[in-house]
Amino acid sequence: MARLLHYAAHPSPRTSTANSAMLSRIRGLEGITSLDLYAEYPRYDIDIEDEQQRLLAHDVIVLQFPLFWYSCPALVKEWLDLVWEHGFAYGQGGDRLKGKLLMLAVTTGGPQEAYGAEGYQHYELRTFLTPFEQAARLAQMRFLAPYVLHGALKTEPEAHALGFLRLMTALRDERLDLRAAESADILTHDTLPLMGIN
Amino acid sequence: MSDFLLLAFLFLIAGVAAVPIATALGLGSVLGYLIAGIALSPILLLLEVDVVSIQHFAEFGVVMMLFLVGLELEPKRLWEMRNRLLGLGGLQVGLTAALIAGVLIAFQMDWRIAVAVGLILAMSSTAIVLQTLAEKGLLRGDGGQASFSVLLFQDIAVIPILALVPLLAIPGAHHAGAEDGHGAGMSLVADLAGWQAALVTAGAIAVVIAGGMFLTRPLFRYIAKARLREIFVATALMFVVGIALLMTLVGLSPALGTFLAGVVLANSEYRHELESDIDPFRGLLLGLFFMTVGAAIDFQMLWDDLFPILGLTLAVIGAKALVLLVLARVFALRGSEKFLFGLGLAQAGEFGFVLTSFAVSNLVLPEDMAPRLNLIITLSMMLTPGLFILYERVIRPAFDRPVEREDDEITEKGTAIIAGHGRFGGIVNRMLLAAGYKTTVLDHSAAQLDMLRVFGFNVYYGDASRPDLLHAAGIEEAKLLVVAIDDPAQAVAIVHHVTQNHPHVHIIARARDRHHVYQLYNAGCRDVIRETFDSSVRAGRSAYEALGMHPFEAERLARSFVKADRHALYELAQVWDPEIPETQNPAYVQKVREMNEVMEPGAALGAFRERHERGWTPPSPQDTESDRQRIEAARDGA
Ligand SMILES: Cc1cc2nc3c(=O)[nH]c(=O)nc-3n(C[C@H](O)[C@H](O)[C@H](O)COP(=O)(O)O)c2cc1C
Repeated sequence: MARLLHYAAHPSPRTSTANSAMLSRIRGLEGITSLDLYAEYPRYDIDIEDEQQRLLAHDVIVLQFPLFWYSCPALVKEWLDLVWEHGFAYGQGGDRLKGKLLMLAVTTGGPQEAYGAEGYQHYELRTFLTPFEQAARLAQMRFLAPYVLHGALKTEPEAHALGFLRLMTALRDERLDLRAAESADILTHDTLPLMGIN
Repeated sequence: MSDFLLLAFLFLIAGVAAVPIATALGLGSVLGYLIAGIALSPILLLLEVDVVSIQHFAEFGVVMMLFLVGLELEPKRLWEMRNRLLGLGGLQVGLTAALIAGVLIAFQMDWRIAVAVGLILAMSSTAIVLQTLAEKGLLRGDGGQASFSVLLFQDIAVIPILALVPLLAIPGAHHAGAEDGHGAGMSLVADLAGWQAALVTAGAIAVVIAGGMFLTRPLFRYIAKARLREIFVATALMFVVGIALLMTLVGLSPALGTFLAGVVLANSEYRHELESDIDPFRGLLLGLFFMTVGAAIDFQMLWDDLFPILGLTLAVIGAKALVLLVLARVFALRGSEKFLFGLGLAQAGEFGFVLTSFAVSNLVLPEDMAPRLNLIITLSMMLTPGLFILYERVIRPAFDRPVEREDDEITEKGTAIIAGHGRFGGIVNRMLLAAGYKTTVLDHSAAQLDMLRVFGFNVYYGDASRPDLLHAAGIEEAKLLVVAIDDPAQAVAIVHHVTQNHPHVHIIARARDRHHVYQLYNAGCRDVIRETFDSSVRAGRSAYEALGMHPFEAERLARSFVKADRHALYELAQVWDPEIPETQNPAYVQKVREMNEVMEPGAALGAFRERHERGWTPPSPQDTESDRQRIEAARDGA
């Protein structure tokens, strides 16, 4: 069993459909640590020491958020800025996250075909997520392909939410094919590289 | 009795008439008093008033002044000053006396007389210089501190000089009615052997220091509990007079004794209270002193001998300034501070009068020399305000930059004053201290104070609603005043006073309720904090969360509420009128009605909920679609 840490970040849970469906699905899932970042720090007073201890106590870190202006909601950035300190995540003596896994779970308003050179969003989704990918690399972590729901505003979120449950269970039970997950572009509920019984 | 009243009235009327004019013209109060004294002198002559004995009495103002200076000087600072005190002070007295004596000997004067005159003229005027420096805010700068060191040294040096002068007596000289003019009166040490006298003297100093350290606190605390202002004042006076008396008894300078007592009390919580209690007496007595200096000028003699006397006076000032400027250079005073020191101390002083009469009675000086010497001393004192004006208007502007930089250092001192150290002010104080700011705390509960002292807080006893106490606490230099006292009416009074008189001070005021907010706002405070508002809002937020609201939403909703409520309060404060009850104030009623209209459930406080609703609104599918079409059309067109 991998020690799995899950952060969800949505500043407006009342109006969320996709992300809250995902959350409902995994609520109560045993053997994982799940945290609502905006509920934990409604006043942005992130406790660096607590958060670093939490990171150290886990092997797999999943960050779940809606894509806002091609990036993460502000509190996720704040969390990254404060918690991933030099001397902890990078820089001299900063190898405390080494070997851990980082995975994003992102929902976007724009449809799949919009993300690409031909689409109206003009770039691949992965291009927008490169800051996270490079951060993981600097911290000597393995960065898995993000688990994505495109067109979140038009799509029924149920299948995606169920897929998220399967993904989290597999990560916990070490049944996700990490190599496949690393080399994929993005993962969706119907392209999860699960090992063993599906 | 009527004589006394007449005299008091004369002095008061002269001072009241002259001083405000002099200060308005930027000449300083000292010159005003001196001129008032000159104006009075014909009347005093007519009434056959003994000006000199009034002057002796008024000299007690100097003693009080040194007590106050001591209060501002922590023992640590005094110790840091020791080199200057001995080096600068010693050299000033020694070199000045030597220079003047040397010149006089060159002019064929008997060397003994020359030395005595040199010593007499080496003294400067503590009263004039300290008063002027304090009034102009120059005391804390480098030049001011150096001047103070020299004055303090002179003060101490008077004692050995008094012992030395009789040795200069000219053998065989004699004049009628010679008697010991100065040492008259009681003495504890007169009949003792040298070592015994030394022991008694040391004992007296020890009594002053130990008394200041261990006795004053319980005594003042006991008095403070009675909550009688005049008894506190009486105690403070008793304290100063007692020390002066003790010092005189053992043959020490009373000014030195009270100065030491002041230093010992510099860390005491009663410091500001003592300061504001003694200060009016100091001011009145010094004023009287300066007036007697002016009144004592013998114009008959001056006219008879105008040019020689004026010439000699200028020569004395020149010689003293020369020595001072050389010393300023040696002791590395910078820029304009050098000239403040050089010009400020260039006059002769009140100790000169004392030494002159003492020297005459000890047959050191010929009798007919004394009046001329006194006249020269007086004239040099009269010219001092002019030298300060020269410094301020001509010399300092030329050195403008370095002075400004030093000013910054000074304002560092009392950044924040906190009036009232209860549940409210206490927290503000702790927060400021935790962030490294300096605070001065005033509280009028002696019991509360004891407790705070135990925990090492820097607090002072006093009723913050008194302007003079705020002044003593340094309101002139403060950046911030936190009004956190219990009594709502007094809080309004303080705010009113400070916004009127010290507009540069930012005021944060604690308000009891809405009504109090209006009053404080009306009195000029723009940073009013309702004492229970923030905690109530937090309780409301907790309630939101307990009812199932997401914590981040609860936070944002609470913030919107605060914003809307404060806005409403601000609007109402604008139309509130202290003269009209709220229900009869049409503008006020109108505003409340407008607000109530939008206050239906779920939309409490008008725009509050609506504003909250805006935030992270996702685009609709149509929005996304129109973006797509627009962008793709633009690309295909290109
Ligand atoms: C402030 C804001 C910015 C957004 N920026 C983007 C964006 O850059 N790209 C995109 O595809 N969708 C964007 N969206 C749409 C969100 O990604 C979408 O509403 C969200 O993924 C839906 O998840 P939810 O139902 O859990 O709120 C944005 C939405 C908001 C509110």
